[in-house]
Amino acid sequence: MTGPANPEFPVIRTIGLQGVLVTFSDVLSERSNRASLAFSEAVKSQNWSGIFEVSTSLASVFLRFDTSQLRHEALKDLLLDLLQTRDWFQAALPAGRKFWQVPCVYGTELAPQLAEAADLAGMSESQAIDNLSAARVRALTIGFAPGQPYLGPLGAEWDIPRLRELTPRVPAGALIVAISQLVLFTTQAPTGWRHIGQTGFRGFQPGGKDPIALRAGDEMQFMPVTQVEFARLCEKDPYFGGAKCREIPA
Amino acid sequence: MKGLKTLRVGPSVTVQDQGRPGRLAQGLSCGGAADLLALAEGAALLRQSPDLAALELAGMGGIFEAQGDLRIALTGAPMSVQRDGETLSWNASHLMRDGQRLEIGAAKRGVYGYLHIGGGIDSAPLLGARATHLISGLGGAVAVGDFLQAGADAGRDVGMTLPAEDRFGGGELRIVESFQSDLFSTEVRKRFAETSFTRGTRANRMGVELISEGEGFAAAGQLNILSEIIVPGDVQMTGDGKPFILLREAQTTGGYPRIGTVLPCDLFRAAQAQAGEPLRLRWVSLNEGLGIQGKFDKAMRALPSACKALVRDPATMQDLLSYQLISGAISAGADLFSDGEFK
Repeated sequence: MTGPANPEFPVIRTIGLQGVLVTFSDVLSERSNRASLAFSEAVKSQNWSGIFEVSTSLASVFLRFDTSQLRHEALKDLLLDLLQTRDWFQAALPAGRKFWQVPCVYGTELAPQLAEAADLAGMSESQAIDNLSAARVRALTIGFAPGQPYLGPLGAEWDIPRLRELTPRVPAGALIVAISQLVLFTTQAPTGWRHIGQTGFRGFQPGGKDPIALRAGDEMQFMPVTQVEFARLCEKDPYFGGAKCREIPA
Repeated sequence: MKGLKTLRVGPSVTVQDQGRPGRLAQGLSCGGAADLLALAEGAALLRQSPDLAALELAGMGGIFEAQGDLRIALTGAPMSVQRDGETLSWNASHLMRDGQRLEIGAAKRGVYGYLHIGGGIDSAPLLGARATHLISGLGGAVAVGDFLQAGADAGRDVGMTLPAEDRFGGGELRIVESFQSDLFSTEVRKRFAETSFTRGTRANRMGVELISEGEGFAAAGQLNILSEIIVPGDVQMTGDGKPFILLREAQTTGGYPRIGTVLPCDLFRAAQAQAGEPLRLRWVSLNEGLGIQGKFDKAMRALPSACKALVRDPATMQDLLSYQLISGAISAGADLFSDGEFK
């Protein structure tokens, strides 16, 4: 046999020695991400003893637990019972989510790979800007770096490959695209995705009172602004670059 | 204000504690001391909480001057160390008088040495811990001129030692299967455990590279897998099938397939192997792994009772008098003379 058997989703597997992963799909989709966000909240509200941590990835829920208190088999049974209580793909998203509208400079020397990305998506630059700025995307997961959201899913036209060569450095606030997702960088970092927009949004402010702005499930939209407007907004609001936030009604 | 003044320092010296577990949902990996056992050993030697922060010395130490009388302990990768020119024992606790200088050189074996202070290093916590997390911009390397303030020290014991498990020359790492192991064929998994690796030159607090001769360890079939949670100890295969063992400061998610997960208790051995040291992987079942880890956790909790008085050659005990003058050190001093060659 090569590779995994086609598991029937959702599937429960061990991860490392002290973790369990409940996976809703092996491909990214809105519904599998919805299922993992909803199931994660349900797991947390059970208050099972011995659970150290619950987190989500794009399409899975991760639990780290105290193996001296809770056996793998016992936890698996608890999870199976909870999975069977409803169709998680149809579940409502958790309450208390936020919607951020973030001013963004698309292209220019601030985000030099827009033209290339638009080309791969089969659009002109201005079509790409219209398309991307109209998209209201969800923070599918927070990961890789503190507070850093993977946003999407975008349409299939944005299922574009990663770069062969890493871009050595994009700044914090960079909006990058690949494989039908956007990432909004919280720190300066190298990347293999294409840098298509620049925002003044600081998703991670280490010294701040509330250092991490986003949670998985929050939504974002990137509103086009000129470079001049962008500079003015960043000066006025050095933390969020003029972004506006409101609660999403449950 | 008591503490250590940094007069000289190696390039990768950071404040570390047990890190920030429980923040994966925020995209923050737990980080903390690369060798948690060494952190616990230092706490045991100083009879204080393992939650306190210490100085992690990657490969190279520095010169530190005591401000006020301080208790210190030295654990992890053994390094050359002198207090005002007098050689000190590693894996032991000592007293530093106000103004005395501690000079810590390069690691003789292993990578990460630790310098602990009585009361811990009382730096400002960030997101619930003092651990420097370099890739996340939490804290930074210690620099010349930095003052490492000591917390309130309720303890008095010095002159204690602890037998340290030798984890500083590579060796065997036990590994369990994980959720992506079956992306690798049975043959590849078997060959992986039969291969003699050496630690590569690419290594830091996020991970260590494993080098071997011959074919890589590619996953079967397509590599276009979804990014998924990373747990410390995961062995990921980069595009060309080269293994990397991910440590506690690795990123929180990753798209490279992972063949399995090294047991937490063997991760210190992986982190402490110098470049070129031999490393082998051995598959154990989940239950075996849990048993091994359980035993290790128990031994770690018992560290305080494993501490013994340091037996020293009286000819080199320039500070014998000072020992007797510190009334609080009597428990250590008393043991000292009831043991070894003083019997």
